[in-house]
Amino acid sequence: MARVILRLAPWISLLALAAAWELFARSGAVTPFMLPRLSVVLERIGADAASGELWQNLGMTLYRSLLGFLISVVLGVSLGFAVTQNRFARWLLDPLVSAGFPMPKIAFLPIITLWLGFHDLSKISMVVFDAVFPVVTATIAATGGVERHLLWSARNLGARPRELLREVVFPAALPQIMTGLQVALPIALIVCIVAEMKMGGIGLGGAMITASRFADSPGVFAGIVEIAVAGYGLVKLMALARRRLLAWHPEALAPATV
Amino acid sequence: MKYLPILLCALLWEAIVQFGLVSRDLLPSLSDVLSATWKLAREGDLWTNGAASLYRGGAGLALAIIVGAVLGILMAWWRAVDAFVGPLVEALYPMPKSALIPVTVLWLGFGDGSKILLIFLGCMLPVTLAAYNGARSCEQALVWSARSLGASRLRVLWDVVLPSALPELVNGVRTALALTFVLLVSSELIVARAGLGYLIGFLGEGGVYDAMFAVVLVVAFLGFFADRLYQRATRRVLAWRE
Repeated sequence: MARVILRLAPWISLLALAAAWELFARSGAVTPFMLPRLSVVLERIGADAASGELWQNLGMTLYRSLLGFLISVVLGVSLGFAVTQNRFARWLLDPLVSAGFPMPKIAFLPIITLWLGFHDLSKISMVVFDAVFPVVTATIAATGGVERHLLWSARNLGARPRELLREVVFPAALPQIMTGLQVALPIALIVCIVAEMKMGGIGLGGAMITASRFADSPGVFAGIVEIAVAGYGLVKLMALARRRLLAWHPEALAPATV
Repeated sequence: MKYLPILLCALLWEAIVQFGLVSRDLLPSLSDVLSATWKLAREGDLWTNGAASLYRGGAGLALAIIVGAVLGILMAWWRAVDAFVGPLVEALYPMPKSALIPVTVLWLGFGDGSKILLIFLGCMLPVTLAAYNGARSCEQALVWSARSLGASRLRVLWDVVLPSALPELVNGVRTALALTFVLLVSSELIVARAGLGYLIGFLGEGGVYDAMFAVVLVVAFLGFFADRLYQRATRRVLAWRE
């Protein structure tokens, strides 16, 4: 019995959260403006989905954040490889990356708006600017940390530098690079939403900020639920991709935690 | 010497503006930005807004660290807490916390309260997860030894579990520190009447670009130095591990 309860615990606690929301909102302790009932919020999401507004906003946000994420992956992995393979690149980029990593890049949003305007280009650039850092640092750490013995053996067996990179360094570095990507993906979504909130327009962030300006609190809470679900889905997909890509790696044998 | 490339970038910036390669409306020269920084500091705008930001960030982060660490260690210590709170943490962890900006404003208005709440909510989960993982990685043998030597459960928690959770916890707090800056600046950019993020947006909308660049750089370097200081301080704290 206890085991059954433990297994059902995730669902119980999610349902309890939902029930607590609904009951607390109905209790009259807070005004519907402060916390609309969950049922009202879900109805609102349903209505938005039926009218197509939800899909338009969700599609736009996903398009911007995923395109930005993909660009950061390509850019970040190549820069990371460059830093570990090339001395000039290391001299130039290492300090920039280590100084840029802890900086709150989002502060540059108004500058990027000034340069690139209010449209997709500036939002996607902002996403890239922010999401590229975890990818670069993970790639540097991963490619720099490949076991010497692997490299020596491969060289001994006659691997050329290119082959060495493709056949040994890249696969050996992949788990840690994937971890960097798993950090970068939620950042891409967050930055995209903040940029949309600041600039307005189509997109989940823009829709939320419009709802907030019109004191439309079911709209605001609908946005939160939508964004939470989207974020959760993306993180799960990424974990799935990791399991697929690293099926050959010993880590795949361990039970997944994420 | 390590940061020579950054210095070169700064010189390059000054040079391309001085030689007129880009319009000053798009990129004010570094020297203009520095003198704007000086002016903002002298007139006090930087200090009043900086103090507002510091207060919000500090209060939110401190709350997040205290509540997050306690929650994480409780989750590692009692299975029942883990079974019921764990899934909520897992479900809410990937949620982009900046989505809460409009709600915290709805609840607490434009002032300090909404930012502190946002930073608290956003930074709590990384700390919780770090404390949880750290406390769970505590060697069972150590716990057993301490127990058999007669330590009470509470004593074990304080003297064994907490110290072994500390390295992970320190990392989690570092993540939270970086997040604090991000959430602070985003929320102040979007809705606020004071704070460094607000100042950036305000100057940008007014077209005072050299001052806007100045505040952006100040915020960026504050984030950088906070991280470096934190790392230096925690190396001291964790020195006993070596």
